[in-house]
Amino acid sequence: MSKYYVNKFLYTVDRDPEFLRRYKEEPRAFVTTWEQSIGPRLNESEVTTVTGFTDAEREALINHDYVALFEMGAHFFLSLTIFIAIYDEDYMHKHGPLSFQREFAAKLQHWRGREYPTIAL
Amino acid sequence: MATLAAVLATTHHPFYLKATTAPVEEQIPQAAEWKRKVEAYRATLTRAQPDILVMVGADHFHQFFLDNYPTFLIGKAPRYDATFYNEEREFGIPKYVLEGHEDLSRFMHEGLMDRGFDFAFSHELKIDHSIICPIITTRPQADLPVVPIYTNIFAPPLPKPKRFWDLGRAIREVIDAYPSDKRIAAVGSGHLSLELGGPRQFGEHGPDPDFDRKAIEWLSNGDIEAILENVTHESMTQSGNATHGFMDLILMMGIAGPEKAAYVDCLDLYHTMEAYFTWYPGEETP
Repeated sequence: MSKYYVNKFLYTVDRDPEFLRRYKEEPRAFVTTWEQSIGPRLNESEVTTVTGFTDAEREALINHDYVALFEMGAHFFLSLTIFIAIYDEDYMHKHGPLSFQREFAAKLQHWRGREYPTIAL
Repeated sequence: MATLAAVLATTHHPFYLKATTAPVEEQIPQAAEWKRKVEAYRATLTRAQPDILVMVGADHFHQFFLDNYPTFLIGKAPRYDATFYNEEREFGIPKYVLEGHEDLSRFMHEGLMDRGFDFAFSHELKIDHSIICPIITTRPQADLPVVPIYTNIFAPPLPKPKRFWDLGRAIREVIDAYPSDKRIAAVGSGHLSLELGGPRQFGEHGPDPDFDRKAIEWLSNGDIEAILENVTHESMTQSGNATHGFMDLILMMGIAGPEKAAYVDCLDLYHTMEAYFTWYPGEETP
């Protein structure tokens, strides 16, 4: 499991409008690209070779599966922000303000009153 | 020596600007009341006639990430850009450039090191909404030099609540010792109970109204003993997964000291309770 790398995915994509567009439109292709050439970047000139996703993490990212990401302990702020960026506007037009945020919460209702998976690494 | 002109501890609701500037027919029902309360709160800072602002906030993975996340960090730059692309996108917050105050940053950094707080520092810091939201609400002309201080309320393991209080006390000592005739105000932002990305997010109220009520009472009364008795990382988690921003309000009360606040207001909104506190240390409560 690499919670760090899942968070790195969410962090690097959310902050870049072009990555975000590709992740919204073609998540499977984009996750592959990210693993090959974006995730390994340490900075503009260096790469790291020691990180990677598990299959479950990769599938959760490909499927925009924020419930699975919550259950893996991905950071709540990153996960909420990126999926608001991807879904909020469409939901707003169809179902009104905050409808995406409330559906997000509804899908996690089984965690109410329980100890959440930790976001600590 | 410098004068500590005011200490402000405020929640930062990133949607304030959007909520109060949207066309009236799209505004939430509380928008007008919210604006009135914020403007009344703003007057508590204006009244103090500050020359420099010490701003306390927390980077929400905008400049800093898990490859290198500071527990406590001070900005030491001559100027600061503010507002990241994803904050403009989500919250509709505009970009700003704030003047820095290198001399007070340096004095503060050294003073805090001398008092046992080994800060990380940054000479190229872009500020996020934890500092810009209170600028928008309490000093929208953004015309004063700032010394930004970031704490980690966001990426565990976090320092304990007591450490935030102690840091506030240390910041107070350094401000009091600063050899200057300037008036310094400290403005910091955090949260009451808050849930983000979890089952209790974006409800009709904050996730734990009972905690919010108690927290407002503790801060109003300067009751650090009750806070340290009742508030732990675990209790905050139970109140909502992002409630740890409350520790920055504890820090601000640490700057003021264990005194009653001169001004307290709050507003029960969707998603979270807003709360606004101002102290005028050393002055009689008006």
